[in-house]
Amino acid sequence: MINWNAINWTALIIFAALFLLVTVIGFVAARWRRGDLNNIQEWGLGGRSFGTLITWFLLGGDLYTAYTFIAVPAQVFASGAIGFFAVPYTILVYPFIFVVMPRLWAVAHKHKFVTAADFVEGRFQSKPLALAVAFTGILATMPYIALQLVGLQAVLSAMGLSGSGIVGDLPLIIAFLILALYTFSSGLRAPALVAIVKDALIYITVLAIIIYVPIKLGGFGNIFGAVAQHAQVTKGFTETLSSDPSKGNSMWAFATLAFGSAFALFLYPHSVTSTLSSNSGRVIQRNAMLLPLYSVMLAFLALTGYMALAAHLHPATATGAVPALVNYAFPDWFKGVAFAAIGIGALVPAAVMSIAAANLFTRNIYKAFFRPNASIAEEASTAKITSLVVKIGALIVVLAIPVAQAINLQLLGGMWILQTLPPVILALYTRWFNRWALLVGWAAGMVYGTFTMLQPLFNPTAFGLPANGGKVLSTVPITLGSMKLNGYVALDAVVVNIVVAAVLSLVLNLARVSNGNDVTKPSDYVEAEEPVSPTEIGAAPALAE
Amino acid sequence: MGKSAMARASLVLLLVPFVALLWVASYNKTDPAIEGIPFFYWYLLLWLPLSTAITAIVYFANRK
Repeated sequence: MINWNAINWTALIIFAALFLLVTVIGFVAARWRRGDLNNIQEWGLGGRSFGTLITWFLLGGDLYTAYTFIAVPAQVFASGAIGFFAVPYTILVYPFIFVVMPRLWAVAHKHKFVTAADFVEGRFQSKPLALAVAFTGILATMPYIALQLVGLQAVLSAMGLSGSGIVGDLPLIIAFLILALYTFSSGLRAPALVAIVKDALIYITVLAIIIYVPIKLGGFGNIFGAVAQHAQVTKGFTETLSSDPSKGNSMWAFATLAFGSAFALFLYPHSVTSTLSSNSGRVIQRNAMLLPLYSVMLAFLALTGYMALAAHLHPATATGAVPALVNYAFPDWFKGVAFAAIGIGALVPAAVMSIAAANLFTRNIYKAFFRPNASIAEEASTAKITSLVVKIGALIVVLAIPVAQAINLQLLGGMWILQTLPPVILALYTRWFNRWALLVGWAAGMVYGTFTMLQPLFNPTAFGLPANGGKVLSTVPITLGSMKLNGYVALDAVVVNIVVAAVLSLVLNLARVSNGNDVTKPSDYVEAEEPVSPTEIGAAPALAE
Repeated sequence: MGKSAMARASLVLLLVPFVALLWVASYNKTDPAIEGIPFFYWYLLLWLPLSTAITAIVYFANRK
């Protein structure tokens, strides 16, 4: 039941009004830049028509998720300096994007690839390898969507809207069903338009927090003073990174988490979808310059973890740190704005993620293995229905399993998705790797990474965790000679992956094992000098579905 | 060195943020602090605009 007296009505009404606004926008989006939504190129990629500004809003809204807004400050609140790896991570991702993604965009545009797995299939003529990439993408995306719901749940309960049983879950279910319906009808256009509202709200909220809260707390000197004090009395919380080699140097963890996450981010299907929906490689490069503005905001949000400490807030769990700070600092009406920012922040990524997963399923599983002759309309309707199924699946996951398990799955997801780096990113530059070697390397990385990350779950005491407090760990120490490296497992696993793929490729290439036909040619990876005119985009008869 | 070679060479600049941010030992300290913000934190915040500036330089150097 819902406890009606606990509800903050002012905040809830503002929240509901903003939610209603984005719902209307979500449905109206179907008519914006009108295209044939019974074609997956239009429904699932917005017709590859988005310019610099829309791409900026969409990618910003998509990459910086509600879960990020909750989880990054939570980690800073609970562990201190290590949580700031999100800052170098979201800086380093952009030089990488600047160089690599225009190549993927160009080849995908030329050959009408909708997913990363489409590219792999075109490059290596290998359905198993494309399936591995598609499967990994869907697997990594599912828990990520589920965690967006956790973000939404966190703000709903901060407004007092929580309760037990099905009635308590009802607000979450309603919010998600609305999202599912407008995504179904408008496709990628919906999150692209909703992202504008979401991002505006987020910027307003973060500015308000970063200006007002430090004044209220007596300046950053006081905030960091409280942090230093807290570090002295709290086990597992440090103001700077621990450099004690016997414990496994946390500087190494910090660097590898930043580096590995930066390479993983644009392998996620939702990143690929938003990238391919832009209308040129230059748009992607301009966004590599402009998107760090969101990273500034994320860095400020990370600092809110410390503000919550300095304000002596004691949320039940660390994920409550940001909502508790909002409740502490602001009048009721602004709480509504701030919570709407995070709540709507859950909707944009959840929509893009479900569209991306639906594109993968439709193109690389359904069409590739079951209905090779599916018509354009059948392809689009399959994707629409899949996007519904994916969202309902995520909803069930959130309602059925504990949040800690969803977080564990998402941590595994980050490691899994990085294992698609060799067949997707390396293949943008070379076909030296054999397709079978890439498949075996992928499997090796997946198995190594999964087992390594699960170890602490089953043998917690060996990792310094309480006997019943086992959890999936992103960083697990490995011993190399006299060095003990406590690094990001995803990175270790992708090294295993690349080494296996390279050694096997050497052997298979010597044995002249076929590497399939490549439908792409070197010039496809470089964007044409002159922008392609719209009529040409529509035509391209030789490359039609 | 022609314009195109210069532009290509500018891509090397994109490696600078990687060195600056992954060499953690160089900035894992509290002093000097600015306005009470320890070095570790303001150094990381400073790299947000620096990295963007570098990307912008490379973008304009490679503009056709």
